[in-house]
This record gives sequence, structure tokens and C-alpha cells, in this order.
Amino acid sequence: MNIIVLAKQVPDTRNVGVQAMNDDGTINRSALPAIFNPEDLNALEQALRLKDLYPESKITLITMGPHRAAEILRQGLYRGADEGILLTDRAFAGADTLATSYALSMAIKKLGNYDMILCGRQAIDGDTAQVGPQVATELGLPQVTYVKRIVSLADGKVTVERSIENGIELVKAPLPLLLTVDGSAMNCRPVNTYKMLRFHRAATPTEQAAGDYRYTSQLSSDPALTLREWSLADIDGDASRCGLSGSPTKVRNVENVIFQTKESKRYTASDEDIKSFIGELLNNHTLG
Amino acid sequence: MNFYTDNKNLEHYLKHPLMQRIVAMQEHDYAQSSEYNYAPIDFAEAVEGYRRVLELVGELCAEVVAPNAMEVENNGPTLCAGRVNYAPATIENLELFRRAGLMGISMPRRFGGLNFPRTIFILIEDIVSRADAAFGNLWGLQDCAETILNFGSDEQKQRYLPKICAGATMSMDLTEPDAGSDLQSVRLKATYSEQDACWYLDGVKRFITNGDSDVHLVLARSEEGSVDGRGLSLFIVEKECGGVHTRRIENKMGIHGSPTCELVFNHAKAELCGSRRMGLIKYVMSLMNGARLGIATQSVGIAQAAYNEALEYARSRKQFGKTIINFPAVYDMVGAMKARLDALRSLLYETARNVDMAGLFDELSRERTLTPQERAESKLFAKKADALTPIVKGIGSEIANMNAYDCVQVHGGSGYMRDYVCERLYRDARITSIYEGTTQLQVVAAIRYATSGFYTQLIEEYLAIDVPAEMLMLHGRIAAMLAAYRQAVERVQSFENQEATDFLARRLYEMAAYTLMSVLLLHDAVADGQLFAKSLHRFVATAESLICGHAAYISAFTPDFLQNYDK
Repeated sequence: MNIIVLAKQVPDTRNVGVQAMNDDGTINRSALPAIFNPEDLNALEQALRLKDLYPESKITLITMGPHRAAEILRQGLYRGADEGILLTDRAFAGADTLATSYALSMAIKKLGNYDMILCGRQAIDGDTAQVGPQVATELGLPQVTYVKRIVSLADGKVTVERSIENGIELVKAPLPLLLTVDGSAMNCRPVNTYKMLRFHRAATPTEQAAGDYRYTSQLSSDPALTLREWSLADIDGDASRCGLSGSPTKVRNVENVIFQTKESKRYTASDEDIKSFIGELLNNHTLG
Repeated sequence: MNFYTDNKNLEHYLKHPLMQRIVAMQEHDYAQSSEYNYAPIDFAEAVEGYRRVLELVGELCAEVVAPNAMEVENNGPTLCAGRVNYAPATIENLELFRRAGLMGISMPRRFGGLNFPRTIFILIEDIVSRADAAFGNLWGLQDCAETILNFGSDEQKQRYLPKICAGATMSMDLTEPDAGSDLQSVRLKATYSEQDACWYLDGVKRFITNGDSDVHLVLARSEEGSVDGRGLSLFIVEKECGGVHTRRIENKMGIHGSPTCELVFNHAKAELCGSRRMGLIKYVMSLMNGARLGIATQSVGIAQAAYNEALEYARSRKQFGKTIINFPAVYDMVGAMKARLDALRSLLYETARNVDMAGLFDELSRERTLTPQERAESKLFAKKADALTPIVKGIGSEIANMNAYDCVQVHGGSGYMRDYVCERLYRDARITSIYEGTTQLQVVAAIRYATSGFYTQLIEEYLAIDVPAEMLMLHGRIAAMLAAYRQAVERVQSFENQEATDFLARRLYEMAAYTLMSVLLLHDAVADGQLFAKSLHRFVATAESLICGHAAYISAFTPDFLQNYDK
């Protein structure tokens, strides 16, 4: 099995202090510690459990972000991932979920030869839950969202439990596919000391070239210490679909919304209901 | 939450100047990095690795082990068909530590260990014990592997040590119903079968911590007809070979998560560890020294937890319109807890460094002949380790009890309720001054270093340090404490009366211990005044009053005073 896990470095919004937000409503990333997005860790654990069952499996962790996001790849290696790829390029900066999904899917295409892609349901900074489904769409893959547990794998099909309102659904789907894993899944196993003592030396070529990198002499004997670093050109990406220029989402302003009423409405999945729901959101300016 | 990063004091001990030498020897001058991909290339990387592992342990302890402690305590282990089942939360803790690779901390890499020095093992144990002393026992028993490493055959090392590093649990089966403090009376019978070419054990062991472990070290009588310690040998018994079952789990006052077992050996297949007849006189003595340092560390962890609980409560509880920490009667108590804790840590890590150096020289001496200078150094480190261990075990466990007592006191009526952590700490602390040798036996082990003048000489050496102007007065007061101690020793010796010496031994021991802790805390305060200066001021004041009290007692004492005791 070749398993790809998509992960994101996020500000730890679980411990928000007074300096967490800038005056313009954006997140003050320097005031919050950068962590491995929690649901991405749930996804990694599902991948590691498959590897426990099929030890020949290979887990590749992919993250997109600035150079410092390489720390996420190391964190993944400490827990048992086999290799890491950092997508980093100025052209990727300012990406919304659509541009992010495009870049990730191009990287996955370049990597090729995968059986399963796993990612967290959503990141704690944006809370959109869009990237996983969009990556699957870009790649033309089936997807199962809100996965709680991978139950079994047989005959090129995977059976998973997914969380739904008021219960659990059992879904069987063909490989290759993409799964988004939610926080109800098992916690990720702890960092392993032996792996940490080895892989804290792992670095991208950019980090290795920096003056304070101390482990150059270990690189030839331990190739796993070199993390791959891919730019826009490396993934044959279209610049107009990346970063700010590839992002249709525009944040006009941010305001506090205090919900006045606690009533709820139920809509069915019919086109008619969805149309009326969107109409209502447009009317009260929740959208548009 | 993180139990390493929230306690700045711990990092201080990584910075001690002797660490450079300890780590270089432990790492054979960093020669292993080509053979093992997790071996450090130099001192800086080694220390960075320790820091990372301590941070990981701090996180696991704060996020999992401490929150589990209540459940571990309430559910506890159960007995079923001669086997011990741990509480589910204990299983979770153990599994977490196994997966994190924290079960072979000090074992060499060739057996799958991390090859960390003793001092780092103790820093980890300090953190684990703060989270849950009972789990600390199960985890800390991995230290028994040192005995197999030091005295077992190559084949035994190959067979057992990798299992232990992967998480097999251990126990040391010494005590019997009629052999507690007096291990010379051990009766468990070992018989050699020529036919099967192996040993078999028969008999009963009692009060065995984690008695249903995977790998047992068992003290047994191998020499039929012998009656003393010279007839005892040490054996390795594996659970999977059968023949040992647990008859009972003791119903204890505290450390409920740590099963204390009564074991029945019924023709249990065993392997001799080391040489016959050396069981008690050599191997168990070495095993016990390690275990004593472990209990000293557990005591520090409990003392830390008690201080944290007391401080938090005193800063949040309001009475008479203010938080109670503002009342002198309360801040005196809380401040004394912290001072004792800091002074005890200074002693613990000084002991650990000496134990490290003594062990490293011992290992080196097995690889090559030591130079005369190295031999002299080695002897001194070993002597310091032997002299400091009974002090830190005895005084450490007493301080854990004092802190737990004061912690309940700070909580007032709430502290007496089972809802607060302090109540568990109070019960857990109580065992520390009993097991692995009572405080009274630590005094027996230490007193010869008092009467020989070794503690005096040691304190004098520690006093030869340049101190900044603001600590000169304190330095003078510690020197005066030493003078009072020396005078007391001389007076006790002048009686030339063994019973009087034994009777006064505890007081001499405490005088030596409090002076030693004062001067070692002074060293730490000189290195980092920000962290330790206030504790030093408070500790010296308390130590001084204790030493003056004992000095007065001894100077008024004459042997005929003993007539006032009825036996």
C-alpha cells in the first residue's frame, strides 16, 4: 500500500490569548504556537494502523506552507511516517481552499502510484472542510468524508465507518480513494523517542543549506534525513490557479456575529429545499 | 500542559558542568553515531535529544498519566486465576510509554536501549512520579535491567534486555514473610536439577511490587543448610515459563495502581544470574542502591506535586477577604515546601551525577585498565555515591511526607476530602520512607560516613566555592552549621558507647543531610540566582534551626539518659 497523508501546520487556536487576532481580523500567527492540525493527526493514525497491518506500506506526508512548515513533516516522521514532501513557493502564498487543493492534487499526480489519500476533515484555523473533497474532485477520485475508522481492506475495496448525524454509517468503496478523517477517530500514537532522536536531523534542502544545520555529515549515510521540497515548477503547476491569483475567495471584512435565536430549521437534500435555503442566506446577507 | 516545560528548575540540571564529562563517557566519545542512526554526534546534540525526550515525557505525563491517576487509583489492579490484571488506565499508560519508546532509557543501544545517563533517567522519573507515583513504580522497575546488564551472562543479556527495552515489565522479588529488612533470612528454595540442567524455585515471596511482572529477579537460597546471606543467589524467572502465581494483591494505604503481590513459586524454572552465593552480598546490594535512588526520585516527584497543589489552592482560596497565600502562616508553609523541594533536588542530582560517574568508571574498567589517577577518581565517585544515596533516600522520603502533610494542611477541610489530589499524595508519600529500606535503615547505612568524617570532608569541599557578595552571609551560616555538626559528631564519639551512637545516629544524619542540602543548594543558587536564591534563603533559615536544635540535644546528652527508656 502506498498511502498519502495530507497535513497542515496551523496556529494552535485551542489556546487563544488576547493577542491571537490582528486588528484587521486576521490571525496573528506569531502569537500562537504552530502545531500539527489535530484532525490530520487522526488521519495519520489511520494510515499508521494500515501500516501496522501491512508493514510493507509506505506513508508519504505532504504539506504546503512556508519553509517552517517542514516541522510538520518531522513531527510525522517521529510518529512513523516514512517520508515527507514540503510544497513551498511564493506562488502558493495566499491560497484559499481551491488553490490549495489544486497545488496538493498536482503534487499527488507527480508523486503518482498511490492507493489511498488520507487527510483531516478540516483544519482548526479555517474550519472549511473543503480541501479534502476538492483534492478528490481534482484527481477524479471517490471520497468518503467524516471517517471514524478504517474497518477492513480487501479485494481492492476499503470498508470504513463514517460519522453521521445520530449514528455511524458503514461505507465500502474502491481504491484508490480519498478519506477525510474526523476528530472522533482514534488519537494519534505518541512521538517515538528513537525516531525523534534520528529524525530531528531531517531537513529540506533549504534548511540544510542554512548556516546552522549541523548534520551534513550524516546525510549520505541516512538518506531519509533529506525531506523533499517541491516548488510550483516541480509540480508542473499553472501559476494562475495557485496562490492569491488562483483563489476566488476574497475576505471583505470580518465581524463578530452573535446568534440571537436558538431555533433550528431542517432542510432535506432535495434541490428545492437547498434552493430555498440559499435564498434565505442571501436575503439575510449571510452570503453575498 | 507540560510537566517538563512548566518547571524551569528541571532544565537547570542539564547544564551542570559535570554533564559534559558524563555524556562523553556514556557515549564513548560519540563513537556510536555511525553505527546507530539515533546516536548523537556530539554533546550539543545529546543534550538537545535529552531535552526533546523530557519535553515528550512532560507532555505525556500532563496530558495522559496525571489525568489517569484518579482512575488508576479507584479501579486499581485485580487478581484473576493467579494473574494480575492492571486497571484499564494503567494499561493505557504503559502502552503509551511503550509506543513512545521509553522502556529502555539507560540500556545500551546494542540491546535496543536509548543509552541515556542515569541523571537523565532520573529527570524522567522525577516527572513521571509527579504525575502518578504508582505508575512511576511500574515504569521505573525497568531499572532492574541494570542488574542483568552488569552481572548476567552475554546470552542472558541478549535474551532479556531487548524484551525489556520493548516494554516487558520487571520486578525484584526479595522480601518474604520472615525476611523484610533482614534479607539474610530469605528462605525461598533453589534446587539445581542435573537432569534438566536448570534451577527450580519453591516458596513464597511477599510485598512484591509489580509481582506478576514479565521478568523477575528473585533472591533465593541455593546453598542447602546455609543460614546467612552467603547462601543466597540471584535468579531470573520469566513469567511465560510458568510456575509463579500471585496468591494475593495487598490492600494498601496508597499507590493503589502499583500491585503489591504475594507470590507462590511452585517448581518455577529459573536461571542463575551471576555467581552462586553472591546474590545478596553483591547483586542485591547494587540493585537496592539503584532502587533507593529511584525512591528518592519518586519522593521528589511527590514533593513537587504536593507543592504545586498547595500553591494553586493557596492562590485561589479566599478567606477573610483575601487569598490565603497572603497570610504569613500559609506562605510560610508553602514557601518551606518549595525550599525543601529545591534543596532536595540539589542533593538528588548531585547524587545522580556521582552514581553516573561511578558506574561509567566501572564500565570503563571492564574495557581497559584504568590509570592510577582514574582509579583514584573512580573510587572517590563511588564513595560519594554510596555516602549520598542513603541520605537522599531517607531525607527525600521524609520531605515527601512533610510536603504531603503541609499540602493537606493548606487545603484545610477540603484536603481531608477524597475529592482533591492532595489526599492521594498524602497516602502515596507514606510508603516512600518505608520501602527499599526504612529511614531508620538509611541512617544505619549512612552513619559510618558520619563517624569517619567523610560527610564533613565532603561538605568542606562543597564550601570551597566562590560566592557572590549577596550570598557571603549564607555561606558563613552554612559553614557554622558544619561546625555545629562536626562538634556533635565529636561529642557522640567521645562517649565511646555503641548504643549511644546508634541512639543519636538519626540526629547526626539529619544534621549532615540538612548541611549538605544547604551547601548544594548554594551551588545551584550561585549558578542560577534567579531560580534558587529565594529558596536558599528560606532553606538555610530552616536548616539552621533544625541543626541548632539537634546540637542542643546532643550537647545535653549523656549515655545515662538512655535509662529513661522502658523496653
